[in-house]
Amino acid sequence: MHATTAIVTGKPGKSRPRGGMTKKRPVDWLLLALVIVGAIAVIAPFYLVLVNSFKSPVDYANSGPLALPENLDFSGMVAFWERVNFPEKVWNSIFISGVVAVLAVVISMLNAFAIGIGRVRGRSWIVLLFLMANLLPQEALLYPLYYMFKSVGLYDNVWSVIIVFTVIQAAFGTYLLSSVYGTFPKEVLEAASIDGASRWQILWRVVFPISRPTLSVLLIFFFIWTWNEFLIPLTFLASNANQTVPVAISVLQGDRLMDVTTTSASALLGIIPTLIFFLIFQRTLTRGITAGAVK
Amino acid sequence: MSQTTRTPRVRPPAEQPLIPQRRGGSAAYWPYLLPGLALLIVIVIVPLVWNVYLTFTKWKGVRAPEFIGLENWVKIFGDDDFWTSFANSIWMVLAMVVLPTILGLVIAALLFDVVGRKFGGRTASFLRATFYLPQILPVVVAGIVIGWIVRPGGDGALNQMLGVLGIRPVDWLGQMPSALIVLMVVLIWVQLGYPVVVFMAALQRVDPELYEAAELDGANWLQRFTSITMSIIRPEIFVVTLTCTIAALKVFGPVYVITGGGPAGATLVPAYYAYQEFFTKRNVGYGATIATVLTIVVVIVSIVFIRVQNSLERKERAGL
Repeated sequence: MHATTAIVTGKPGKSRPRGGMTKKRPVDWLLLALVIVGAIAVIAPFYLVLVNSFKSPVDYANSGPLALPENLDFSGMVAFWERVNFPEKVWNSIFISGVVAVLAVVISMLNAFAIGIGRVRGRSWIVLLFLMANLLPQEALLYPLYYMFKSVGLYDNVWSVIIVFTVIQAAFGTYLLSSVYGTFPKEVLEAASIDGASRWQILWRVVFPISRPTLSVLLIFFFIWTWNEFLIPLTFLASNANQTVPVAISVLQGDRLMDVTTTSASALLGIIPTLIFFLIFQRTLTRGITAGAVK
Repeated sequence: MSQTTRTPRVRPPAEQPLIPQRRGGSAAYWPYLLPGLALLIVIVIVPLVWNVYLTFTKWKGVRAPEFIGLENWVKIFGDDDFWTSFANSIWMVLAMVVLPTILGLVIAALLFDVVGRKFGGRTASFLRATFYLPQILPVVVAGIVIGWIVRPGGDGALNQMLGVLGIRPVDWLGQMPSALIVLMVVLIWVQLGYPVVVFMAALQRVDPELYEAAELDGANWLQRFTSITMSIIRPEIFVVTLTCTIAALKVFGPVYVITGGGPAGATLVPAYYAYQEFFTKRNVGYGATIATVLTIVVVIVSIVFIRVQNSLERKERAGL
């Protein structure tokens, strides 16, 4: 959790008043208390889901939702895990999100190379086109895509989802990278050109390594965004064996199996993978969000 | 999530590529754009045009669509469910844009100004991470979490807690306005962390000396906040409002997992309504019409935002 501290306290000399940290008026304590109360309200649903996932239904009925479990009971967790074949769903999500992230970064890079460095004609319109593709509601493409995938035999196949999200994420990547490449240091490119490198070689041996930090932020974002997607996987992945984690968890809500503690366990299993990503990539995520906002 | 509103201004004086050319000029770069553009045409542009065509047809998804002219477009304006779904979009905007932006400004300012300075940066960034935590969840999972809490009947967590106070179990999702409020709570919960993180980063640009000068002039905290802070972090406020407004118009997942549009269609949103028409009722043409209206609204909102921002920037540069 402290990985981002560096960002907040990046300029300690500037961000702190001359009085130092010691002068705390009562009102400061009151404001701190207020923020903490807010933070507790945000955390509370996580707490509720966590403690109640490990209770037996009897324990839950007796002790209520706020208490810690009397004994750790894994029956709800196990019931849900087996019912959805959770490892299979995790693998589907990892495979889809991973392939999308890599393909979308490659395509963004090729597009941005032509737009930002090659400065092809009409590029501001092309960038606008890609941006619009990313902003569109997916419903506007949903039925034609559904019909197209059915006719080519890709319906209920993970590759249908992979293709769609590669395009949608690459649209955003093109928009962002084009402006990054537009300010690429010209001297580096000229030097490579004088050394006799072709465009293709310059792209892979010069542009790619230099822009790797930006590309890796894009890669992580594409992965997580694709992981969190719902509408298109829900529509295109009909059979159980192909579903992603969010889809598999949602379609079972309201099922007869889902008593109160099993439902809680299902929510917890949905939370855990993204929580792991958050802990691993926290620094990159925070930087990416703020960089994206100010560009 | 982290989209920016400004279209990059790649308009250098020369139209030459950045790499000195032997031959071909910028046209030699078209092959690099081909795979991306081809995919965009097949996966986005063709379906989009096709979807607009479908609005003029009646189609069950099998056999050939039947051309019916403007019938769907006439029907949609007299359709109460359609108007309900867009009216609910306003509530979604309130829950995803207005409230998170205002709360986010207050929390970011408190974390930065009070907690960060008086209690240390570590406390501030720990609290910031806490507010951000729901943002990482797939929005349907967030919906399931909150949906679990408001589970109807005696075994729902909220009902159990209220039961201690002697309140009988409430069917939160079976009635209005509580069903809509539950949806809004999910969205506020998920969304709040985004403005907090963005605004806190932006606040670092505010020069403390400006504050001190204002303090000497006798300005109180609120005056300083509105006149200095707000104007400096305005670009961020813009980006957050634009991206969140578009996301609010597109809300689908929470409605799907929590209310299913119910009770009796009262919590329909455009995205969910279109989905229902496509796949539950098999009125593909009508679903396409709803989706097209939604697309038009999203495009108009984006254009208006970008226009307003550009004109504000121009005014600023002109020294107003």
